[in-house]
Amino acid sequence: MLSIVIFLPLLVGAALAVMRGLPARAARLVWLATTLADLALLIVLTFTASTGAGGLRAEERVNWMPQLGSSYHLGVDGLSLPLLLLAGVIFVVCAIWSLRETDRPRPQAALFLFLQTTCLGLFAAQDLILFFLFFDLSIVGMYFVIAGWGHGNQRHSALVFFIYTFLGSLALLLGFIGLYLGATPHTFDMVELSRHGAFTGTPAAAGFVLAAIVIGLAVKTPTFPFHSWLPPAHTDAPTIGSVVLASLLLKMGTYGFVRIAMPMLPDAWRSWAWVIIAIGIVSVLYGALVALVQADIKRMIAFTSINHMGYVVLAVGAAGVLGRTTAEAQQLAIAGAATQMVSHGLITGALFLLAGVFYDRTGSYDLRQYGGLARPAPAFAGFFAIAAFASLGLPGFSGFIAEFQIFTGSIGTVPWTLIALPGILITAVLFLRAFQRVFTGETKQLSAGFADLHPRETTALAVLTVLSVLIGIVPGPLLAMIEPAAKVLVGSLTP
Amino acid sequence: MTAALLAVIGLPALAGVVLLLAGHYIEHAARALSITAAALTLVAAVTAAVAAPAVSLPFISPDGAGLAVDGLTAVLLPTVAAVVLLVLVFASAEGLRPAARFHGLMLLFTAAVTLTVTATSLPALLASWEIMGATSYALIGFRWQEARTMPAGLVAFAVTRTADLGLYAAAGAAVIAGHGWRLADLADADGPWLHVIAAGVLLAGLGKAAQLPFSFWLSRAMEGPSPVSALLHSAAMVAMGGYLLLRLEPVLLASGWAGPTAAWIGAATAIVLGIVAITQTDLKQLLAASTAAQLGFVVLAAGIGATAGGTAQLVAHAATKALLFLVAGVWLTAVGSKQLPALRGIGRRWPLVGATFLLGAVSLAGLPPLSLWLAKDAILAAALHASPALYAAGLMGAGLAAAYSAKMIAVVWAKPGLQEQADIKQGRWDTERHGTRQVPPAVTVPLIVLAVAAVLVGVLAVPGVSEPFRTMIQAQTEPESTVWELVASAVIAIMVITLVFRRGTPHFTAAADWFGLERAAQAVVVRPMFRSAEVLARLDDQLNAAILDSGRLLDRVAAGMDVLDHAVGRTLGAITAGTAALGLLARRAQTGAIADYYAAAAIVTVAAFALLIVVR
Repeated sequence: MLSIVIFLPLLVGAALAVMRGLPARAARLVWLATTLADLALLIVLTFTASTGAGGLRAEERVNWMPQLGSSYHLGVDGLSLPLLLLAGVIFVVCAIWSLRETDRPRPQAALFLFLQTTCLGLFAAQDLILFFLFFDLSIVGMYFVIAGWGHGNQRHSALVFFIYTFLGSLALLLGFIGLYLGATPHTFDMVELSRHGAFTGTPAAAGFVLAAIVIGLAVKTPTFPFHSWLPPAHTDAPTIGSVVLASLLLKMGTYGFVRIAMPMLPDAWRSWAWVIIAIGIVSVLYGALVALVQADIKRMIAFTSINHMGYVVLAVGAAGVLGRTTAEAQQLAIAGAATQMVSHGLITGALFLLAGVFYDRTGSYDLRQYGGLARPAPAFAGFFAIAAFASLGLPGFSGFIAEFQIFTGSIGTVPWTLIALPGILITAVLFLRAFQRVFTGETKQLSAGFADLHPRETTALAVLTVLSVLIGIVPGPLLAMIEPAAKVLVGSLTP
Repeated sequence: MTAALLAVIGLPALAGVVLLLAGHYIEHAARALSITAAALTLVAAVTAAVAAPAVSLPFISPDGAGLAVDGLTAVLLPTVAAVVLLVLVFASAEGLRPAARFHGLMLLFTAAVTLTVTATSLPALLASWEIMGATSYALIGFRWQEARTMPAGLVAFAVTRTADLGLYAAAGAAVIAGHGWRLADLADADGPWLHVIAAGVLLAGLGKAAQLPFSFWLSRAMEGPSPVSALLHSAAMVAMGGYLLLRLEPVLLASGWAGPTAAWIGAATAIVLGIVAITQTDLKQLLAASTAAQLGFVVLAAGIGATAGGTAQLVAHAATKALLFLVAGVWLTAVGSKQLPALRGIGRRWPLVGATFLLGAVSLAGLPPLSLWLAKDAILAAALHASPALYAAGLMGAGLAAAYSAKMIAVVWAKPGLQEQADIKQGRWDTERHGTRQVPPAVTVPLIVLAVAAVLVGVLAVPGVSEPFRTMIQAQTEPESTVWELVASAVIAIMVITLVFRRGTPHFTAAADWFGLERAAQAVVVRPMFRSAEVLARLDDQLNAAILDSGRLLDRVAAGMDVLDHAVGRTLGAITAGTAALGLLARRAQTGAIADYYAAAAIVTVAAFALLIVVR
């Protein structure tokens, strides 16, 4: 079942890729139908999948390369299932958003279906080789999205994105090989690696392997100082490309922390937790401050992503610190990190869609060229206000749930992490300043004649904001999904 | 009666959301819907106050949204709901538009307040606490077309959120302390964590209550419509700062230092903002400064454990100040100005409105037998018990309250001559907007109700009579005012008022702009933040440039490896075949350079696998 969920988009995508004569309208509808069907399958799977012996749900395992200790091994748990569902939703939203796409819609649909398979596959992979394969293919897919459908200096930005994240993935691969060598018996199987840990007796080697993995994941996340690829990639990416990049591809990095780095190298993670915490705090404050003075709306959102991913890194770092009574706080931090991944996916997805509206209408992302936009485009202003408040962590939206858990969990293990708290204040200021400059006051410059949201745009935005509000008000179901897995993870970190 | 408890939060929340989402589709029905919702909320609030139900709902933690009505809540819940209803009736009568957005935000705010006063655990409290801030932002910026409103809202939101960070820190410290997030358990924390919790709570309370040094946000908040000032920036949201400190007074007292600190900051605010109020020439600015000063008494009360006096002060101030703000709004609509020189003798022009204003101002002045006289004295009695110096400071604050109230009364009930009247009409009216010269009869209804309340609610603090009230909020043991104290404060008030009527008020130049508090915050916090942001953004650009340069280096290396690439590409094993194919695809489709990188990367991959196989 899980394999069907993962590869259904790829199959349809391949079919679309070869059917040259297919009308554009049909291609778009096939795309939307496929994403909807895939999401439906995922939801069915969420409610019906049985739990296997290792605690994984919907587990599948087929021999692949036994001589390398690698197998085709899939399965989901409380950390990955929310991300799979997020991916399912995000691709539906992308398909809705593109219902009027005129620029090569058929290849675009095929490409996004390919990307969907890589995202779903990565979050379901239980084998490092498989994980790496999906990780790299996602980079390739995103390269073509940016280079093929982007604007501005898209070739260059795509290339920078590609080289940077690909080099990061090589560091990751090096780390994976290290993990393989460090485990007895040698294996790439993630479940086995998590159960026993690698390099349990050799801290120096474990430290190097962890460094390779952390660098690889930090590039993808991205954290300071490995973030240089993100702002140009976002600025020049097409709207839905930015959405997938921010909502899902960034999550591959943070997901790697909780899925690979922490459980497989628990001793090294504990020893180096303070470095991770420091990277997290710097990312939080740096991302927020740099975003504060951006005039390009996409760059601004990109830097707030660094800030938001910084919270996740801070939380996973803090979860590695053991203390007298910290088990509860560690679980809070991890649950917060996992919630933040979903929350950021929904909210930043919505923000990039909104940014896309600016470009679609006027071709300019420059905040300074707008003013009083709420008059010609009230619905657009309303959604922007909602997304801005959601992103700054206002209660009632998912971001608050995540950030409350992250902060209480992090402060609960490492009290001085409260120095990251100003992050939520700076993001508040920057979003409200941007909102004021663009939407309020006198209607002027590019705001004149700005067309308000179309129904398909409203639909796509409504899906994301409603989900964020649902999680924000009734976080119970999501947390119930995450918490058992967070408990297991904390258990594996405890010697 | 759990239903009443849920309704008191759910009803205004639902109505608010419906109004905001349906927007102009239901503009014509918005006022009716809003007043109905507010009235039902009041019924639910009274029911909940009588039945005192409790319910536990999960929110982040299993009981994160625990709700309960105890004595303190039973007093505040109906108070807030009643003020909401009156203010919304007033706003409907005034015809504030667009009504759907206004009433929707006001009801959403109401839900946040009712959640704040019923929450028994930190997650729900912090959530409602921040929603109050956000709705305050949106309501201050209600007339977003005007350039000054939104920045004012941002100042208010940013300042209060700065203080809110204290609650996040407190919630974190509560996790370490290991007693959970229940408000009742916070004081049990030990070691340094108790102090972190106390500091966080104190910070959050002071910020919302517009105490020193945060007071200036309240000045900016006056850009909002008058009903907003009446509800948010006097009766409800600012009051919630005082409520939080009263509610968590055990935490303040347990810490040892936070109680006295709160008491002294409260007393200092009563004095400093009292001086600011005396110096203002804009009626709403005067009322705003006086709100901070009056909340100072509540904070003082929380710091010394005078729950009974503090609660009575909250209720009496809510009625009094909501009334005064609404009257300021009536006059602003009618004559287009809220500057005191424009309002000379305005009480005589609309005597009924002027009379309600007089009652409110007399209550604010602390004249017997009105409510704030009794409530404030109940606090001062406890202060005398705690420290004579604190009592003296409190009395000084009370004297200043008498002075600024007298200033308002003197202006509003002045008897300008005919020539002066004409000059005022000619030169002073219509300076801020176009006045209607009318007071719709409907707006006087809420004014009269509030005036009656401002006169009567002092009964909560009458020595001897207040027994049931004190029992209800479990404050039987707190000291009560003696006759001599009541007489002393009344004499001081009368003397100050007489003096102001005879001599006028002194003018303190530094106090006119609230002692430059906002400028200080700009210089100490805001400008350094933006300067460091700009420096970091520049550094970031340099980092980018450096990395792109290294990219070009890589470009050359990759080009050199091109030959090798082709050779190796043909011999790639099964795993890398797919990757190589993609590389070829990339070459055909795109610039070509990408394939080089991919091939180079593929070589590394192969090398890695070779290493792997050898090591095995």
